[in-house]
Amino acid sequence: MISLAGRDIMHGWGKFVFTGMGLGLLIGVTLSMAGIYRGMVDDAKVLMDNSSADLWVVQQDTLGPYAEPSSIFEDTWRGIAAMPGVARTANVTYLTMQVREGDRDVRAMVTGITPGEAGTPGWPPYLVAGRQITRSHYEAVADIASGFKLGDQLQIRRNLYEVVGLTRRMVSSGGDPMIFIPLKDAQEAQFLKDNDAIRQQRRRTAESPAFNRPGMPDLLDAVTASQSTNAYVNAVLVQLAPGTQPEEVAEMIRRWKRLTVYTRDQMGEILTGKLIATSSRQIFMFLVILSIVSTAIVAFIIYTLTLGKIREIAVLKLIGTRNRTIASMILQQSIALGTIGFVVGKITATLFMAPIFPKYVLLEPLDSAAGFGIVVFICILSSLIAIRAALRVDPAEAIGG
Amino acid sequence: MIKKGIRIEGLRKRYGKGDTAVDALKNVNMEVAPGEVVGLIGPSGSGKTTLLKCLGAVIEPTAGRMILGDETIYDDKWLVRDLRALRRDKIGFIFQAPYLIPFLDVTDNVALLPMLAGQRNGESRQRAMELLTALDVQHRAQAMPSQLSGGEQQRVAIARGLVNRPPVILADEPTAPLDTERALAVIRILNDMAKRYETAIIVVTHDEKIIPTFKRIYHIRDGVTYEEAGEGREFG
Repeated sequence: MISLAGRDIMHGWGKFVFTGMGLGLLIGVTLSMAGIYRGMVDDAKVLMDNSSADLWVVQQDTLGPYAEPSSIFEDTWRGIAAMPGVARTANVTYLTMQVREGDRDVRAMVTGITPGEAGTPGWPPYLVAGRQITRSHYEAVADIASGFKLGDQLQIRRNLYEVVGLTRRMVSSGGDPMIFIPLKDAQEAQFLKDNDAIRQQRRRTAESPAFNRPGMPDLLDAVTASQSTNAYVNAVLVQLAPGTQPEEVAEMIRRWKRLTVYTRDQMGEILTGKLIATSSRQIFMFLVILSIVSTAIVAFIIYTLTLGKIREIAVLKLIGTRNRTIASMILQQSIALGTIGFVVGKITATLFMAPIFPKYVLLEPLDSAAGFGIVVFICILSSLIAIRAALRVDPAEAIGG
Repeated sequence: MIKKGIRIEGLRKRYGKGDTAVDALKNVNMEVAPGEVVGLIGPSGSGKTTLLKCLGAVIEPTAGRMILGDETIYDDKWLVRDLRALRRDKIGFIFQAPYLIPFLDVTDNVALLPMLAGQRNGESRQRAMELLTALDVQHRAQAMPSQLSGGEQQRVAIARGLVNRPPVILADEPTAPLDTERALAVIRILNDMAKRYETAIIVVTHDEKIIPTFKRIYHIRDGVTYEEAGEGREFG
């Protein structure tokens, strides 16, 4: 038996292919949306993985350091490092801000890392160019997504930093590239004010009788000094010794340090379940809307194509063609249209949309396979209206005027 | 192949019920022998199309009897379960316009029916080619319908009607869009094919040009058929 659907498609292939391409662009957008969601989840996981931490110690009753602000004393790490099962600890600060380089600025997550060596918690685990930070001040390692190059001079607050190393896929959960600088610089950057503001603050402090007491000249100096230094970090990252149960150590820190501690599983839940929850819901709604629009478009196209063949369908029915054959013809055309659309959409999403989209778009093969399955399902669903119309065609329409 | 033509006895068709009922066919009696081509003529609203739909097993008559070949297919009710298969295997249709399937080439337009009946593609195409050769359009076998002239399209439509060797062919104004010369050519072909394949052909027509060519004519008026002898003139 010849393929009626195949012959019909080949007969008007131009119209069919162009229609499929139009549909493909819509499917491409849908696939890209799914890819954006996957990219967000991957960004969150990358952030967690790249920190090289097993535990995150943060301010009590906060979801820090990524989902909520967290502030703990900078010497907290000492007590934690001495606990059994802890291999390494490191302070870390995170600050999302605009980083300038010449005339342009880039939104980046500035990460303060403690002096040490590669493998220290918080440090970028690998570089694609240059070297790690070796000096205590004014050096930076930037992710290549920031667009910075080796040797560039970055301005963070009032200070300039030289880019000495480049990383890849070191991003925040929001997809902003990370820029690593020495911890002390990062602590300072968090609260560093301009000169006018500093002068103003000092004057106000000096005028306060509470700080400038007669006979206690050192008090004012101490207060002024404390105002210009930052003795806090956002979190302590902890690496555990092999064979240690994370929850046991976490419980110990919670108990003795009165701090909140998250294990990798818990942090993963915060990053993917809470931090990007709203974005996920938004993208899911977009996917639903796009799927409905795609269904409506495919249904409309197939219905229109079928209406254009009413006379032929009446003739086919009159000469004894089974309903099954006619339904199969429409169904096959619908699936063929969806397949063309999916191929065009996949190519569009992979080659054109993902590379230029300002966020990381992760197109997983399994998602593509599921996407194809959904497209086929949508096509089957969409063809039902046309099939119903075709099956209602009276073969008698072929007889008489 | 069944070789006994078609016989219709006391066929009636009523649309609607009660006060709004309309008797489209009141008493139709016809008999067409294998190899015979008869005309069925009548004014608009006389019941021609309704009769054709009843004969084509597209609508169900209200009462009467239809015998196709040696099989009674209707006796106050359908006696055949699968009317679709009946249409496919035992009734050929030729329409006012050729109504060829635009996305199939000439051969496949003709071969489609035997394929639908479950015959192999090769056999179906071979049978189609035989008919196309008999109708002198074999040189357009690979052409698409849009590439054919009106006369060629109608010959392909005739081949499609004949391809399953049905005992009866219903031709619904097959010469309406054609000029006299081509209309007479179509009637000549129908007569040749009827004789060659021993098929009974009923031609519904208004066409004054071809009415004189029938040896027998059924007039239908107000749902009742009247038989009369035709002129049986030579074609062209």
